[in-house]
Amino acid sequence: MRKWGMVIDLDRCTGCQACVVACKAENNVVFSDPTQEETHRAISWMSVLTVLEGEYPDVKEKYFPRPCMHCENPPCVKVCPVGATYKNPEGIVAQVYTRCIGCRYCTNNCPYTLKYFNYSRPRWSNEMKNLLNPDVSRRQVGVVEKCSFCHHRLQKAKEDARFEKRELREEDYVPACVQTCPTGALIFGDLENPKSEVHRLSKISRAFRLLEELGTEPQVFYLTEGEWHG
Amino acid sequence: MDKKSDDYSKVEEDLLRPITQTGRDFYVTVAILLAIISVGVFAWIIQLREGLGVTGLNRPVFWGVYITNFVFFIGISHAGTLISAILRLANAEWRRAITRSAEVITVLVLFIGVGNIINDLGRPERLLYTIFHGEFLSPLLWDVVSISAYLFCSTVYLYLPLIPDIALMRDKFKGTTRGKIYRILAIGWKGTEKQWKILGRAISLMAVMIIPIAVSVHTVVSYVFAMTIQPMWHSTILGPYFVTGAIFSGIAGLLIAMVIIRKSCHLQAYLKPVHFNNLGLLLLVMSLLWFYFTFTETLTSFYGAEPSHLAVFYAKLTGQYAPYFWTMIFLCFIFPVAILSNRKTRTISGVFIVSCGVIVGMWLERYTIVLPTLINPRLPIERGAYTPTWVELAITAACFAAFILLYILFVKVFPIVSIWEIKEGKEVGVEETAERVKSYLPDTIFEKKSEGIGANEINSSSKRENDHE
Repeated sequence: MRKWGMVIDLDRCTGCQACVVACKAENNVVFSDPTQEETHRAISWMSVLTVLEGEYPDVKEKYFPRPCMHCENPPCVKVCPVGATYKNPEGIVAQVYTRCIGCRYCTNNCPYTLKYFNYSRPRWSNEMKNLLNPDVSRRQVGVVEKCSFCHHRLQKAKEDARFEKRELREEDYVPACVQTCPTGALIFGDLENPKSEVHRLSKISRAFRLLEELGTEPQVFYLTEGEWHG
Repeated sequence: MDKKSDDYSKVEEDLLRPITQTGRDFYVTVAILLAIISVGVFAWIIQLREGLGVTGLNRPVFWGVYITNFVFFIGISHAGTLISAILRLANAEWRRAITRSAEVITVLVLFIGVGNIINDLGRPERLLYTIFHGEFLSPLLWDVVSISAYLFCSTVYLYLPLIPDIALMRDKFKGTTRGKIYRILAIGWKGTEKQWKILGRAISLMAVMIIPIAVSVHTVVSYVFAMTIQPMWHSTILGPYFVTGAIFSGIAGLLIAMVIIRKSCHLQAYLKPVHFNNLGLLLLVMSLLWFYFTFTETLTSFYGAEPSHLAVFYAKLTGQYAPYFWTMIFLCFIFPVAILSNRKTRTISGVFIVSCGVIVGMWLERYTIVLPTLINPRLPIERGAYTPTWVELAITAACFAAFILLYILFVKVFPIVSIWEIKEGKEVGVEETAERVKSYLPDTIFEKKSEGIGANEINSSSKRENDHE
């Protein structure tokens, strides 16, 4: 069985936010207005966090792309009272929007606080309505949503492979953020496959995972030469 | 039989007076409460239409006032059933006048608590998914199970001791519509020996059952927080800490209710200073116990000095939530201990003021458990802030008003002081207690008094006395 994972090379990230935009467009993530940003309710499955280092005038800004960690031991999954969030066999932590009752227990137990809640009814401008991705369902008000590693793309890749009567190749499936990244800072693949790039990179000495001490074992690895100062 | 009922006509008259007579104050109070409730309902409708966006919640502060209310009201519910069950099992004679007013609190407040958590759901219409698609790995489902069990058992436990009183009212109000309802509720109670026996057994059985269930309820409520991996929620002490806090706030709630009932229903003869004194002492004990837990919890996270824990610790003690935290310490510990440990200030009004403080303090306790953790998540880049909106406050006010209104309506329909238990106190309790006290003491003390004892024994005991001299 495959285990999909991502490697993010922080030393290559320029903070261009292309991944953020690609993610929003791909996954029908609702656009947030300034008041939603102000009240901390904006939804952004992929977000680039910024960390300031040093003091003026000697300031350095570090960029930190953060999708869902797709933990191997996801704390969000076990607390869900209705099974609306689960770990699928290929390692993706998935959310069933039609099952979610909106109790927000999972969002509170995520140590990375990267699950999002729909506080208001999603509103789309007319121009945007025609550009929605038909492969991804739109979320209703009152449910939790999160990065899915674009798993609809995996479904599509599997269907294509079946149609062509061949095995699914690793390179058939790439999430939108990875596809968009202009500097190649995001790398995606099968962590179980010893020949894959993500497998190799996840083992090198530059690799680390977020809040590793909690034992959640994220399937998203970060690479950096220096120490990450959070 | 006739003579017996004559003896108690004054008791019955006193205790049924709230049901038979309704003053102007009643309507004024009900009108005010209904006004508060309707503002809450209005706010609730807005929330249902717009979603939880009308609250002050955000990311990462996903829980706020509603969850605080949930924990708080479930806590208050421990007043009733638990205290009444313990007092019943301990054969504490002074319980007779207060058990019912305590049991009612439990049943009513549980509905309010459950209402708050349903209100907190993003999609309340999917509530039943917790039954159809329930995942038992989630502490929230443990809550669903234990709270439903508690609600069921405490309703039965309230109803059983009501039956003889309902039967009494059935006979009093014969022929009226009211009487018909009482007749259905009395389920054929005739007061035969056999019925009394079954009732007595059923009440004792429920009293035994309800104690573990009540303890489990608030333990499981604490598990909702303790089972997460968030700083200062993930703590082993939270279970007993929550149970202690629940009983503590519960007693305070009960005392407030008793003071108001005493005054408004003119039951000074039934709810006497001794009741307030005894419950006040219980409140004092719980206050000390509560502080012990608070101290341990706070010191442990400070001494361990993990950065994520310290962030929450400082948010509580010196930061944004410090005013709430220190108010809580004052209202739940300093003030109650000062007032209640002194016999001169442990009066009815003293106990009343302390209880009001404890209720506010314990709400703040729940608030300062829920929020400081949420505004300080583990990833240091993320920080939160939260201010409740008028919608949340209006719904909270409506919850309190709804509870008071339901309580008042109960008092209007059923006797709030158990009539038969008061009678039983005189007929059985006095004698039983005397017997019990006797059984505590060495039998030799009573031997002199009793007749038909062998002369030898008397001689020997008098001999012993002589020896002492």
